Amino acid sequence: MNNLTVTSSPHITSPRTTTGIMLDVIIAMVPAMIASFLFFGARALLLIAVCVACCVLSEAAYCLLAKKPVPVGDLSAVVTGVMLAFNLPATLPVWQAVIGSIVTIVVVKQLFGGIGCNFVNPALAGRVIMAVSFTGTMVNYAYPAQAADALSSATPLSVITAGNGAKLPLWDLFAGNHGGVLGETSCLALLIGGLYLILRGVIKPIIPIAYIGSTFIFLALFGCEAPLASILSGGLFLGAFFMATDYTTTPYTNTGKLIFGLGCGLITAVIRTFANSTEGVSYAILLMNLIVPYINGWTRRKPYGTEAAK
Amino acid sequence: MIFLKKPHVSSTRVPHYKNTQDCATEKLLSPKSVTILLSQHIGAPAAACVAKGDHVYVGTLVGKAGGFVSANVHSSVSGTVSGLTELVNPMGAHVQAVIIESDGQFTPNPSIAPPEVSDAKSLVAAIAQSGLVGLGGAGFPTHVKLSIPEGANVDTLIVNAAECEPYITSDYREMVEFPERIIGGVCKVRELLGIKRAVIAVEANKPAAIETLRRLSEGKQIEVIKLPSTYPQGAEKVLITNVTGRVVPAGKLPADAGCLVLNTATVSFIHEYLRTGMPLVSKRLTVDGGAVARGCNLMVPIGTPVREVIEAAGGYSGECAKLLMGGPMMGTALASDEFPILKNNNAILALSPEQVGQLKNNPCIRCGRCIEACPMNLSPAEIQTAFERGDVEEMQALGAMNCIECGSCTFVCPAKRTITQIMRLSKGEIRKAASKK
Repeated sequence: MNNLTVTSSPHITSPRTTTGIMLDVIIAMVPAMIASFLFFGARALLLIAVCVACCVLSEAAYCLLAKKPVPVGDLSAVVTGVMLAFNLPATLPVWQAVIGSIVTIVVVKQLFGGIGCNFVNPALAGRVIMAVSFTGTMVNYAYPAQAADALSSATPLSVITAGNGAKLPLWDLFAGNHGGVLGETSCLALLIGGLYLILRGVIKPIIPIAYIGSTFIFLALFGCEAPLASILSGGLFLGAFFMATDYTTTPYTNTGKLIFGLGCGLITAVIRTFANSTEGVSYAILLMNLIVPYINGWTRRKPYGTEAAK
Repeated sequence: MIFLKKPHVSSTRVPHYKNTQDCATEKLLSPKSVTILLSQHIGAPAAACVAKGDHVYVGTLVGKAGGFVSANVHSSVSGTVSGLTELVNPMGAHVQAVIIESDGQFTPNPSIAPPEVSDAKSLVAAIAQSGLVGLGGAGFPTHVKLSIPEGANVDTLIVNAAECEPYITSDYREMVEFPERIIGGVCKVRELLGIKRAVIAVEANKPAAIETLRRLSEGKQIEVIKLPSTYPQGAEKVLITNVTGRVVPAGKLPADAGCLVLNTATVSFIHEYLRTGMPLVSKRLTVDGGAVARGCNLMVPIGTPVREVIEAAGGYSGECAKLLMGGPMMGTALASDEFPILKNNNAILALSPEQVGQLKNNPCIRCGRCIEACPMNLSPAEIQTAFERGDVEEMQALGAMNCIECGSCTFVCPAKRTITQIMRLSKGEIRKAASKK
């Protein structure tokens, strides 16, 4: 009896691990990966593979150089890689995807301390950096061959901005049969993945519901003629289920999550309605990411017994 | 959430592992010798009042309480005192102990007689003689709890029968085997202390106990309440809030919320003590875990070495990775199975390597699960970053001192961080800083 371990309690832990959570997120993204292949062909899978490989390798390389433990086993770089690829058009040159992946992992994630320390969503920050660096190719959207006439050479959001949103076929928007970046088009596939995450207890429905719901309401208030078509278009479902639910860059408490979701919805609706840009999801989430420390401060629960006595 | 009227206490689902719930209590072990610690409670240690060579009976006083917040200690066997010793308890403190060689007869002390109790004062005096401490785990001297301070309006007696720790079924066996003692104890305490409401709070995973207690309490105005089987339902403050809707103010006692909380085994003992006068000398223990041959419930003389308890349960059945005194959420890990059983032990668990949670301190991913789980509404994730920065003021501002060390945060953490341990260290830092001032 001399092999007894002596540690501080508790002595049992739940089966949930960081790696398990990341694996669940990867599984949840599979339907959207399949949709991207169906609508944009094999090049979609190529870009996903390139982004994943570059994210994993650049994380490992950075950690080796910085003499930090290599955390690739936690699968978080794989998640970031898929999410970044989901934000790229299928026509993007591979070398640009390589550079985007390296910047995302090294600059946005690792330079700020790695997993759990980044202050904005790495994939979204990577997308924005790429959007300003590769202005032409990042908006060179691919269009599915079988897309409806109205959607064969324009994204739904640009159709809505042009004032023709009421004519858009809603089922095509929901299924994803239109142009856009890889992972955003199929609301159906994203919804399946999102429900999987909710059922597995990985995310709570509060942010997606608050975000999508408030976007709809604010768009309607701002006089958008086709708010329903608008929420089914662009990156809203991808953002609401997969980006705005990233643990590290969103608030801790339910009240905080609600504020975060409503804020994202407001900013998205403002950008889509009033700004010179058709899309606002990336900026909405990134801006809200920045005020998360404040939201956490506002919504921190009072310790038990410190509330004023009744 | 703000819109809930009743105060909400967060809880966590932990596995129950109540493997031994149908194992009837087996009779007293007969150890060759017992080692009786003079400090088995919160408060001042007892002072030894026997010397080497003295003959003692079961129930003979061997250590006299060293103050009001302290407790008497009695011999659990009949035999001869072979000496005094000092050993290191699992908390790292050096404590005195009396070693008694048993004659195997278990002859009770002939001078033992039921105490005469007629009011609150005589009840407190009698219980102070009995050496009773809170048997749920904390080991707070019971006579101190029963001495309700002048001016406090205690109107609710709560019997803590939640037994929310995984594996442990010793309180459950008490409820199933001796329900009349529990009911009798409740009636006695309520009557003598003049408390209006009496509640026995049981977790929903013990339907047989609830049914039995309800049947026996009919007409006695005792409520038997079924609570959800969530962890930590049996933590004193959690229980008070879930039973009465009241909140114990931070840094205050249950009496400040009008409640007196006693553990099932404590109430049962009070009943037996008032009937027989036999002090606290033995304890019902659950022995379980993957490294034990036969999970069981045993009645064990206090001071029996853990090794003999495991032997009585068929010995070790495989590699024992951790030997625990108490449950897996709040129990203490032992470094050796030579350590003796204490008054407030309710389980000995020998966990196999695969049953033990592996803590790795991977980076925090800020998922907020610890915050959601914390029954004290703390923010363990933020307290640990304050701790890493050495920011004592921030740790205090975040309310680290309110931590009850229930272990929920570490249990739910997907990064397998030792959050509860960091909370303990934070409390230590705050105390250190306060004592410097």
